[in-house]
Amino acid sequence: MSGKGFLAILKLDLFQTLRTRGFWLYSLLFGGFVAYMFMSGITESQIIGFVGLGRLLVTFMQVCIVIIPIYVLITVVRSIVGDKESNVMEYMLSLPVSFNSFFWGKLFAKFIVIYTPLLLSLVLSIVWGSFLKLSVPWEFFWLYSGLLAAMVFCFLGIGMFISVYTRSQELAVSSAFVIWLVLVAFIDLLLMGMMLKLRMNPELVIGLGMINPLQVFRVGVLVLFDPKLTTMGPVAYYILDTVSRTAYIAFAIGYPILLGFLFALLGARRFRRKDVI
Amino acid sequence: MIETVEKKPVIRAVDLSKLFKKQEVLKSLSVDFNEGDRIALIGQNGAGKTTLIRCILGQYVYNGRLEVLGKNPRKERVAILKEVGFVPQIPPPLKITVKEMLAFFSNLCNVPVDDFITIAEKLGLQIKESMSKPFVALSGGMKQKLLVSFALGKQPKILLMDEPSANLDPAAREMFFNYLKEYNKEALLVLSSHRMDEIKGLVNRVVEMDFGNIILDESANL
Repeated sequence: MSGKGFLAILKLDLFQTLRTRGFWLYSLLFGGFVAYMFMSGITESQIIGFVGLGRLLVTFMQVCIVIIPIYVLITVVRSIVGDKESNVMEYMLSLPVSFNSFFWGKLFAKFIVIYTPLLLSLVLSIVWGSFLKLSVPWEFFWLYSGLLAAMVFCFLGIGMFISVYTRSQELAVSSAFVIWLVLVAFIDLLLMGMMLKLRMNPELVIGLGMINPLQVFRVGVLVLFDPKLTTMGPVAYYILDTVSRTAYIAFAIGYPILLGFLFALLGARRFRRKDVI
Repeated sequence: MIETVEKKPVIRAVDLSKLFKKQEVLKSLSVDFNEGDRIALIGQNGAGKTTLIRCILGQYVYNGRLEVLGKNPRKERVAILKEVGFVPQIPPPLKITVKEMLAFFSNLCNVPVDDFITIAEKLGLQIKESMSKPFVALSGGMKQKLLVSFALGKQPKILLMDEPSANLDPAAREMFFNYLKEYNKEALLVLSSHRMDEIKGLVNRVVEMDFGNIILDESANL
């Protein structure tokens, strides 16, 4: 992979995305959400003992759990297969750009355009909170910045993998939706809670929780709280009660990145070995 | 019989086949495209012209042997593509502006932006007036002229053009063909087209394809 080709594709993809309405809508959505939370007085309410900016950041992350994975998947699964269908790929790959440069350039461009608005929303909340003289929970800020980066990268890798393997945008989007539904079904409050109630092997249920990036993310958001079964769900409670905070934070950031990287590697491998159009 | 005695093969295909699922789109093609050849690659839709071009560009995996400038187009793509100028049949719907596109090509191909602009203007494109427009918003003819400028600006050893004049008006087509006539005589030029009458004044060799086979390969008088 040449650095020049990689940077050229990265820059091209960034410029392309900056010219789409979807990107600005997405950025406004998250920025606007932070503004809305301040205006609605959420910093004065309390959750599991947390008020102020901590409360706001937790709510922000809860919204991210719902929106980010499906947003990343839907956006990214169309990238490679969409370029194939629209003849962009035919043209771009007639230029002196390696398959790897093209694939990874697109992936990192997508990471930048998806992650930057999220990070800026977190920064906005800190700046706004400081302006209102609220105490800044830096521990939350750094953890959530890392968790969001890991989560975006994870679903980006999965999305690129799907995009390389599917033959049409419709199929890619449907596949993304199915994967998201499966992951949602296996988060704490739904199927896994039921599995524990049905007295299934707890190790198996916890294991399933630990491989589901959505569950890892969810538990990661709660890691700074004292574990309480009623508010966290059984799997999150068990994990946080068993593993040390530091170890879990390392896992919650490292594992999704590794998973995303693995899927991206598999996608890149297929991309350079098969017909690209 | 074509006289290729002293010409070096730029592209050599030996038993080149391409399968899509179970359909053989290229059937054991063996052909040399040589230095200085100006080839009209003709044939109906589905004849295999675009597939052959995509194999040359390293975009398809294939069976058999294919060498472009003595290199394998799958394994040494970047080195080959530095020497190739390509104009597609359908322009890509890029949202970036003309100015950004010029900078992108200039950086990637190590060609000064002014070189592209000079060619575009020779083809009748008032490029400086369109700098801030997204590429996708240009008219079909303007897009084609710009893509031709990018292909020619690289001064490539191989020019592959898939229906390059499809979107050009008669005046622009004439300017384009005049430019091609004067283009480096050592370069290999492959013009894929449905309309032989349109390009016959440009080429010295005609290769006709049908259902994945070469059914005609003969010299043509300029």
